[in-house]
Amino acid sequence: MIWDTIFFVILPYISLAVAVCVTVYRSIYRPFSVSSMSSQLLERKKLYWGSISFHYGIVLVLLGHLAALLLPKGLLLWNAVPVRMYLLELTGLALGIWALVGLGVLLWRRLSEKRVRAVTTPMDLAVLVLVILSALTGVLTATLYRFGTSWFTVVFTPYLASLFTLQPNIGLVTPLPWVIKLHVINFFILLAVFPFSRLIHIVTYPAGYLIRPWQIVLWNRKARAAARLPQTKGG
Amino acid sequence: MNVRAHMSMLFHLDKCIGCHTCSIACKNLWTDRKGAEYMWWNNVETRPGTGYPTQWENQERFNGGWEWDGKALRLRLHSRLSGLLKLFYNPSLPELDDYYEPFTFRYEDLFNAPAGTDQPTAIPVSQVTGEPMEIKTGPNWDDDLGGSNTYAWNDPAMADVPPAVREQMQELERVVFNYLPRICNHCLNPACVAACPSGAIYKRAEDGVVLVNENKCRAWRMCVAACPYKKAFYNWSTGKSEKCILCFPRLETGQAPACAHSCVGRIRYMGVLLYDADRIPQAAMVPDEQLIEAHRSVILDPFDPEVIASARANGIEDSWIAAAQNSPAYKFVVQWKLALPLHPEYRTMAMMYYIPPLSPVVSVIEEDLYRLDIAPERPGTAADRDFELFNRLDSARLPVQYLANLFSAGNEAVIRPILRKLLAVRIYMRRKTVDGCVDEQTLALLADAGTSVEEAEAIYRLTTVPTTAERFVLPQYHRETAIEAWADPLSRKGEAGFGFVQPPLRGE
Repeated sequence: MIWDTIFFVILPYISLAVAVCVTVYRSIYRPFSVSSMSSQLLERKKLYWGSISFHYGIVLVLLGHLAALLLPKGLLLWNAVPVRMYLLELTGLALGIWALVGLGVLLWRRLSEKRVRAVTTPMDLAVLVLVILSALTGVLTATLYRFGTSWFTVVFTPYLASLFTLQPNIGLVTPLPWVIKLHVINFFILLAVFPFSRLIHIVTYPAGYLIRPWQIVLWNRKARAAARLPQTKGG
Repeated sequence: MNVRAHMSMLFHLDKCIGCHTCSIACKNLWTDRKGAEYMWWNNVETRPGTGYPTQWENQERFNGGWEWDGKALRLRLHSRLSGLLKLFYNPSLPELDDYYEPFTFRYEDLFNAPAGTDQPTAIPVSQVTGEPMEIKTGPNWDDDLGGSNTYAWNDPAMADVPPAVREQMQELERVVFNYLPRICNHCLNPACVAACPSGAIYKRAEDGVVLVNENKCRAWRMCVAACPYKKAFYNWSTGKSEKCILCFPRLETGQAPACAHSCVGRIRYMGVLLYDADRIPQAAMVPDEQLIEAHRSVILDPFDPEVIASARANGIEDSWIAAAQNSPAYKFVVQWKLALPLHPEYRTMAMMYYIPPLSPVVSVIEEDLYRLDIAPERPGTAADRDFELFNRLDSARLPVQYLANLFSAGNEAVIRPILRKLLAVRIYMRRKTVDGCVDEQTLALLADAGTSVEEAEAIYRLTTVPTTAERFVLPQYHRETAIEAWADPLSRKGEAGFGFVQPPLRGE
């Protein structure tokens, strides 16, 4: 099917290329535009219920996806005991629903709060809808097609590996139900949109804060002495 | 010894008339932009009062500044890990309504309204949403106590002033307030810098100005909560934090900051202080009652040959050392010990200083006549003319405890000598210029206040009749040696004025 090729071979490569190139370009040449664009100053009550649930839910779920990609065998070993598998499935589902509820609150907030609406760009809404779609199809997959913690490792881990080794094997994903396919396609679209939107703040997560000195003092003069200034135009 | 230089501003509160000219000068220069309308990098508060943002001193709620438990210094806001965990929602952050919703008026309606029988009006509209709004509060709504006791009673620094004194202050004849102009304190131990997860905020070593690198700021907005003075602001439009830059572009071209330059009461002074960066940690970790002493000990004597040698070794220009020797800040803060940092208990080591205000001369209305409010204690002696309350500071209308809560972490022993010295200067000058003679009693009073005739004259001169050059002792910034001077002089051509920040694709 031509559509399967477009969505599962061409789209992922384009998305990944766009995501990497634009993120690098924007971080280096448009650093002022990179921001998480917090709106807590303008509204905080709904943000409390929306932002915390969404962020923690989605981050933990994404870490779960990452674990399945990087440690498929470990995951299968964990799932070898049914109780542990049920526990993992339930946790994942609960986190997904938590994130989805948070997203619902965030969308409601963005539409109902005048001040937040004033700072909402079309891209903000587009991203929010895409993420909601992602969480929704994810939760549906977890309920309709159970035990994804196990079948993920034999479907998506090899599929993504095949993408990375430049030998895309779409036979793994074409037979999947449309909900799961939508979840995957939606992810690729999100990946392409990511560097153009506020989502870029994900890559600026300030983990360095854990180790940097408390105070930062800069000497202009010493910076000057150390700098090898390029004698080029522009910049 | 690690000598660095600092540009410090000094506020003589006795001279402040609360006119907000400084705020307007700052607003017009720096914050008259979308997303920054609500920011007042410089604001003037009536104290006692709740200030801007409302109750900014209430650290139980905003968690600004540092805490010292006897062993280690910690940010009140967060530890490193909890800071990262609270990125998505920070409960300590003030919201827009803690400042005020910025507004403008639809002036165009005055011209565009259709002809009718009534006068067109310019209705207020929000500068955030653009929609009509009812103005409920503003950045200086409690000006001159705003016609209500509410503001003064909700002042966090009034909390431990005895109820009897507060009761007295409520009497109409005894109502008292002073003005407190505030800018960023450009602290030596800034909490905003320490709290920034991105490491976007830094202190310039050359002159101590604390700046936000907007290219590194990612809107985690921890600086807003961590600054105990609430002088870091979040621009809701650009998604970046902003703060007072001490008008460094003006300083670098030999001009005083706009707020100081425009000051009608000429209350502001600007000068260099040399300080020992190595002593900062110890000075921030002492019990509350030693904070002021420790703070002063960080500031170095610019006449000490050893200090001068170390300063030169650290690359401090001679013009800066000369400016430090001539600095009004050094005179008021260290030599005369009259100026104090605001709220030293926050342990950020604020580098802007205040000379505490004196209370009005004591008087009450009785049978339609003003009379001095004190019964003569010992008729015929100086005591019965003590309407300045030199020996009875506790009867002053502005409670000493309140001033101590603002400027010395509640330590009255720091405030009293300052008020007495200021009063001694006032009494001495009155004897000299009004009474025409300085008697033994006055000289004894000067000695009692720990000052001398020479010092009193110098304080008087710098307080009342300083020239602009005496108020603003600005060193040369030597921009010709700055980093930009080494770049291609044409590299920025076409980017300033009618040009492009990002060079155009064609035509390079």
